[in-house]
Amino acid sequence: MIEIERVSKAYGARPVVDELTLTVPDGALCVLLGPSGCGKSTTLRMINRLEPFDAGVIRVAGEDVRRVPPEALRRRIGYAIQSIGLFPHWRVEDNIATVPRLLGWPRTRVRDRVSELLALLRLDPETYRGKYPHQLSGGEQQRVGVARALAADPELLLMDEPFAAVDPVTRAALQGEILRIQQATKKTMLFVTHDIEEALRLAGVIAIMQGGRLAQWGTPLDILEHPANDFVAGFVGGGEASGLKLLSLHKIADRLRRGETAVGEPISSEASLRDALAAMLARHVDRLPVVDAAGHPLGAITLADLVRAGE
Amino acid sequence: MPRALQPLASPVLWVAALFVGLLTGMPALRPIFARAFPGVRPPVFARASFVELWLSHAGLVGVASGAAIVIGVGLAIFVTRPAGRDFRPLVSTLATVGQTFPPAAVLALAVPALGFGPRPTVVALFLYGILPVLENAIAGLEGVSPAVRDAARGMGLSAWQMLRDVELPLALPAILAGMRLSVTIAIGTATIGSTVGALTLGTPIFDGLAGNKLPYVIQGAVLVALFAILTDMIFARLERRLRHPGGGARAHA
Repeated sequence: MIEIERVSKAYGARPVVDELTLTVPDGALCVLLGPSGCGKSTTLRMINRLEPFDAGVIRVAGEDVRRVPPEALRRRIGYAIQSIGLFPHWRVEDNIATVPRLLGWPRTRVRDRVSELLALLRLDPETYRGKYPHQLSGGEQQRVGVARALAADPELLLMDEPFAAVDPVTRAALQGEILRIQQATKKTMLFVTHDIEEALRLAGVIAIMQGGRLAQWGTPLDILEHPANDFVAGFVGGGEASGLKLLSLHKIADRLRRGETAVGEPISSEASLRDALAAMLARHVDRLPVVDAAGHPLGAITLADLVRAGE
Repeated sequence: MPRALQPLASPVLWVAALFVGLLTGMPALRPIFARAFPGVRPPVFARASFVELWLSHAGLVGVASGAAIVIGVGLAIFVTRPAGRDFRPLVSTLATVGQTFPPAAVLALAVPALGFGPRPTVVALFLYGILPVLENAIAGLEGVSPAVRDAARGMGLSAWQMLRDVELPLALPAILAGMRLSVTIAIGTATIGSTVGALTLGTPIFDGLAGNKLPYVIQGAVLVALFAILTDMIFARLERRLRHPGGGARAHA
C-alpha cells in the first residue's frame, strides 16, 4: 500500500506537486495519468526518494519513506523507466540480477530467479541470458528492464512511462505482459502515463493529475462516465469519442446472448466489445459467435448489443 | 594464416624487437657509425649504456605519469561528485595552466628549488601530464547516460557502488585514452630533463648537440621515438582489450 498525504514540492516559487493526497491499495494497478508537467513523474519519484519533497508524508507499507535509508527503500521497490537504463557493460543476466546481488542472494538463487524472470517476460533464458543490451531490440530491452524491476520480488512496482518509446505493436504486447504479471503476482503497481488508451487498458484505478493536484480518482468506467470537471472530460476525450473508449472497457461476456449461435470465425468472450465491433466492421456482419478461453462455444453477440452497451 | 604464425603479424612485436635490439646492440653498430661519421670518437655514445639511460628515462616517466594518473583520475572523480562539483572550473583551470606552462620553463624554475638531477624533471612531467588524464576522465565519467544513472540510483546502488560498478567501468576507455596521451607526451618531453642533469635517452641528444657529434643525436632520437611509439601501441592494444563487449562510452582523445 502507498499512502501519499498532503505532499507538496516546489521548484523555486513554482509548485510541482501541490498538497497531493492519494492512496494506492495493496494489489492495485493504479495509473497516474495526466499531461506533461502535471507532476505525475515527480510524484512517482518521490515515493522511492529519487526526488525530495517539501511537505507531507509518504508511507509504503505503513512506513514513512523518510525514515528508511534511501538505498534500502529502493531495493524494496521495483523501478522501470521509459529510457530503460540497462547497464550497457553488463549482460542481460547481470542486469536482471542487480538488486538480488545488492541484497546478497546466493549465486544459485540469483541464477534461478533470472531464468524464471526471463521466462515470465517471454524471453528464452538460454538465448537471452548472455546477450548484451545493444544486441536487443527496443522491446526486448524493455522486457529486460521490467524483469530487472521485478527481480528481487519487490512489494511495489513503480513504472514511469515504460512503454512510451516502443512501437505500438510492441507496446500492446508489453501492456499485456504487465496485466498478466499483475494478475499472477497481485503486486501493487503505480504506472505513470500520459496516454489515455494505455491507462484505460491497464488501470484498476486511475488518478488524473492536473497542475500538481489530483483532478479525479476512480475506475476507468467512473472517469469516462462521470468526469469530475471539464479538464478531465477534455483529457479523457469526452463526448462522442468516449463511446468507443467505453466499449473497450466492457468484455463480450457482459453482453453475451448465451446459447444462441452465429456463423463465422468465433471471438473470445474475454475480448472487449470494441474488439467485437472491429471484427464486425472488418467482416461486414452484425453477429459473431462467441467462445470461452478454451474455445468452447458460449453463444453469440450482435451489433445491437454493442450499441446498448455503449449508451 | 596458420595460428602459430599469427603473433608474428603483430606490429607491436616487431617494433618491440627493433627497440630492444637497438637498445642492447647499439655498440655493435660502431663500424657503421664510424664509417659514416669518421670525425667522431667514439662513434657510439659511451658515457652511459643505452639500457641504463632507458631505465632512468622510463623511471622518470613512470613516477611522473603514475602520479599524474592517480591525481588526475582522483580529481576527475572528485569534481564529478555532488560535493566537488563547485571545484570543477578551478581544477580545470589549474590543469590547463599546468599544460600551457612550457616544461622547459618549469625545469628552469624548479632547479633553484629542487637542485639539479631527476627531481625537477619529474615535477615538470607531472604538471604537464595531468591535463589529458583529467579532461578525458571527466569526459568519460560525465558521458555515462542519465538513464543509466537514474536506473542505478532507482535500484538502490549506493554512491560508491555506482562509481565502482557503473561509472568507472563505462568511463574506462576514455580514461585509458587520456593515460595513453599523457604517457606518450611524457616520454618525449622527458628528454629535456637531460639539460638539468637527469639521465635520459635525451642525454646523447644534448651531448651530441653541444659537442657537434651528430651520431649521438641520431642514436638518442631513434630510441626515444621507438620507445614512444611502442608505448603508444601497447596502450592501443590495452584499450581494445579492456573495451567492454557491450560497446558504450567511447574515448575522447
